[in-house]
Amino acid sequence: MPPPLRVLIAEDSVLLREGMVHLLRRFGHDVVGAVGDGAALLAAAHRLRPALVVVDVRMPPDFRDEGLRAARRLQSEQPELAVLVLSQYVEQTFADELLEDRRGGAGMGYLLKERIGDVEEFADAVGRVAAGATVVDPEVVRQLLARRPDPLTRLTPREREVLALMAEGRSNAAIARRLVVTEAAVAKHIASILAKLDLPPAPDDHRRVLAVLAYLRV
Amino acid sequence: MFPRNVLEALGYRPLGYLRSKWPLRSLAYLLTGGFFSTALGLALLGVLTAPFGRTAGVLAAVHILAFAVLMAGPFERWRLTLIDSEPLRPLDGWRTVGYGAVSVVAVGWADLAVVLVSIGIPGFLLFAPFQPTAAPWQAFAGPVAGAVLLPIAAYPIGAWAGARGALARAALAPGDGELREVVRSRARLVDAFEAERRRIERDLHDGAQQRLVALNMKLGIAALDVAPGSVAAKEVGEAHTLAKEALAELRELIRGVHPQVLTERGIPAAVRDIAGRSPVPTTVDIDLPERLPPGVEATVYFVVTEALTNIARHSGAGRCRIAARSAEGVLCLEIEDDGVGGADAARGSGLLGLADRIAAADGRMLLSSPSGGPTTIRAEIPCHRPSAS
Repeated sequence: MPPPLRVLIAEDSVLLREGMVHLLRRFGHDVVGAVGDGAALLAAAHRLRPALVVVDVRMPPDFRDEGLRAARRLQSEQPELAVLVLSQYVEQTFADELLEDRRGGAGMGYLLKERIGDVEEFADAVGRVAAGATVVDPEVVRQLLARRPDPLTRLTPREREVLALMAEGRSNAAIARRLVVTEAAVAKHIASILAKLDLPPAPDDHRRVLAVLAYLRV
Repeated sequence: MFPRNVLEALGYRPLGYLRSKWPLRSLAYLLTGGFFSTALGLALLGVLTAPFGRTAGVLAAVHILAFAVLMAGPFERWRLTLIDSEPLRPLDGWRTVGYGAVSVVAVGWADLAVVLVSIGIPGFLLFAPFQPTAAPWQAFAGPVAGAVLLPIAAYPIGAWAGARGALARAALAPGDGELREVVRSRARLVDAFEAERRRIERDLHDGAQQRLVALNMKLGIAALDVAPGSVAAKEVGEAHTLAKEALAELRELIRGVHPQVLTERGIPAAVRDIAGRSPVPTTVDIDLPERLPPGVEATVYFVVTEALTNIARHSGAGRCRIAARSAEGVLCLEIEDDGVGGADAARGSGLLGLADRIAAADGRMLLSSPSGGPTTIRAEIPCHRPSAS
């Protein structure tokens, strides 16, 4: 089990807030606080100094993007704080904006809220973001892939799967486990994808995510 | 269509106009104006030349003039009903007085002059046989020519009366009229629909969506505790899959009702999102100081979505650019592509739909699409209108 993290949750729906507290505790994390709006999030983050905040984008009082704005502000104030943003829908530019703001080595994630249901993967994503990884929802990647038919048709189905997992910020080992193949096979797929897309090989997972997203987005 | 004023009658059925009531009404309109002015002129001339002293004369003239000017406004309104069946809204005092003054002092004479010239010539010809100096052929041809020219006189009289009526309407009731009211009521309808869509989106977000996410999470947690490979694990797993599918469907449904990105983050993010989904590479350049009224946001979202769909389908464009600015309460949206051009609102229902939607928001759409491209759609939408939200 990974080391417990100090997690702060900001979510206005009581049902979900309690559920997430329960879930993250179940995975051994230390949920130091759970709040229901952006202002409370800022105050609690300053007071409790968590390692990671899990933030719902839409919260009171206006039910617009209070959560996202609070998260971005927190990131500029506490560069070491990892942020996992949860949204009810996929917005292509969230990932861009969040990555833009990324300062230092703090992790950053953007997931659909419904991913919480895949509890183990969600817990895994929480751990990876806290460890400094960049995690982007597979739906973002799927939509980007759907939009770009031409050069990507050169990828084999398996390579597309690997590409999607790469964009989610997974390591070679994690991709290998997920696809039930050897790490060497994954490395070969990745080299082939990067070559087909004319991307420079990047050893670092985070830079690889950026390269892939940047490529898909053009 | 039933003509509501003399200009419409002239335009819709130029021949039917002759048999209608409009020529006589126009004549009455011009004559009443002319006589009023003439009467005023004669009265002024009378008192100024009357033998009861210069000061008294001027004083009387001023009084007559003031009385005429005050009477002229209401009189103009009554006269206007002769040639325009559309009612005017209640009076604006000073405007009426000003228009009355101009009308009675200056324009009334022109009315009379038009009538004299239009009817005078055929009249003179008709009465040719009674002229002592007329030759026999003139006595015969004159009435024939007059009879031909008299109906033709109805046209200049109608046209002049129509122009005067339009002038009177513009001066007495600026910006008024049924059209504006129709636009406003249409805008209110669209706003009401949009407000309802936003409410449905909010309800789905706060209710069904949150509960499904919670259910999904509960099922995920439950799956942790059931023995792997058991019947229960299989059932929970299937329930979990169903919940996830329901969530994905609900997400798409809400997107169709009212996109959450629009609710939460406004136009810049929403437009970038649409652009990001478009198969044509699209750059977005939007600079707005603040959130727009919800109705305007919905209109812009619709316009951008439709325009990009059109561009992807028909233009063959390789690049597209979307720009938006707001100045002096008007939002200016421009969508430009480097495609084949030749887009025509009359042929494609897509463009017509765009224009309709923009018009419903009290805005207007301009299209430039020469054959060979590029195509630019420009939408101007007023933002000041308070929205039903």
